[in-house]
Amino acid sequence: MIRVVLPFHLRTLARVDGDLQLEVESPATVRSVLDALEARHPVLRGTIRDHITRRRRPFVRFYACQEDLSLEPPETRVPDAVVSGAEPFLIVGAMAGG
Amino acid sequence: MNTVRVLVGTKKGAFILTSDGKRKRWNVRGPHFPGWEIYHVKGSALEPDRLYASQTSSWFGQVIPRSDDGGKTWHPPGSNPEELMSPDGMPKGESNKFAYEGPVGTHKWYDGTQHPWEFKRVWHLEPSLTDPDTVYAGVEDAALFKTADGGRTWQELPGLRSAKGHLWQPGAGGMGLHTILLDPRDPNRIFIAISAAGAFRTDDGGQTWKPVNRGLKSQYELPDPEAEVGHCVHRIAMHASRPGVLFMQKHWDVMRTDDAGESWREVSGNLPSDFGFPIEVHAHEPETIYVVPIKSDSEHFPPDGKLRVYRSRTGGNEWEALTKGLPQRDCYVNVLRDAMAVDALDPCGVYFGTTGGQVYASADSGDTWDPIVRDLPAVLSVEVQTLP
Repeated sequence: MIRVVLPFHLRTLARVDGDLQLEVESPATVRSVLDALEARHPVLRGTIRDHITRRRRPFVRFYACQEDLSLEPPETRVPDAVVSGAEPFLIVGAMAGG
Repeated sequence: MNTVRVLVGTKKGAFILTSDGKRKRWNVRGPHFPGWEIYHVKGSALEPDRLYASQTSSWFGQVIPRSDDGGKTWHPPGSNPEELMSPDGMPKGESNKFAYEGPVGTHKWYDGTQHPWEFKRVWHLEPSLTDPDTVYAGVEDAALFKTADGGRTWQELPGLRSAKGHLWQPGAGGMGLHTILLDPRDPNRIFIAISAAGAFRTDDGGQTWKPVNRGLKSQYELPDPEAEVGHCVHRIAMHASRPGVLFMQKHWDVMRTDDAGESWREVSGNLPSDFGFPIEVHAHEPETIYVVPIKSDSEHFPPDGKLRVYRSRTGGNEWEALTKGLPQRDCYVNVLRDAMAVDALDPCGVYFGTTGGQVYASADSGDTWDPIVRDLPAVLSVEVQTLP
């Protein structure tokens, strides 16, 4: 099970508390984690990735095991510690606005 | 006794203010969607407890929540997987998807070059007068969308952007479609307005559109006095009993048409400034209109630090200042284009919200004013429902 941590506003939108546990087929990638998340919570489609281009929204970032995966290709595999559930996959609202 | 429900969209959430018909004591509920920009909240005239909201964020994009109980609870239509499952079992998640139809095309950019259309947010939601599941959405970059399934999916009416869309240009606040007026007598006729493209009308239910801007003057921005599009229309208002008569607050000038937009004439008259954003029509007197003059496009605050609503009882040209209960010194707020509304009671109630977070109400057609609340986030929109 992969643990996903959402930012406050997306937790509210998806009506979840705390971490999410997601079943993701191996090999787990950034894209497959997001696909599984959106399948479980369709209301999040369009809030993390653009509906049309499927690209990450500019003020949303992805982190795992202290690595910034935001700029990596979507097919990048997530770290083993995330796959094992030892570490979470973090979806973060960027600090922006001054 | 009637109940009045005021729907307030702000920079940091939505608020619902309710009172009985006396409109003296108010109950304030909210914030709903705290931390999100709520551009607009509006209820169906057919099912008043059916509300739609534009919930938007620079981080997480657009959401269209809906309430079926007058704003007590909200849900994005299609927010559970079963409701949005496509035939192949994949989630569709389309209640917040606003995709332009066909090739996206380009419009004029600030520097005069062509720029591709990009969806940013929904500025205005207008529920149908005949079907509670049908709603029109005015969006930035300017286009008109429609749902016929209560907000689960949205489709563009692309004919609008065919009306010289390549010449439309964003104003300072973006290229938003902010006004949608449905003709109560003719379901095929709709008026819309865009900053800074102008006013447009369809007579065939939204398939084809034509600019209706003859008579508008924008001499600095548009030296061509015959320019069909490119006008910075801030707001248009209609009285339901006379859908061919429209009143417009333009970037500069207050205007009027008596022939459904075929020709406009200026009715700014004795206003201290003909710049401003909102304009409204009295619920029972179609020649009584309201504006809030703002000093200029360089100084977005009331002239002389005095917050004054101006009322004309003659359909324009002759205006009187309404000041009782409004701050008459050191007031430097703005009133945005969607932040004024009227109720249907007699005497007519008039309401407006400010960028300083106040919502003012008048229960006597504007003669006197009281603040309902003083310290909300900046108010983006105000709508009023008169309930039995």
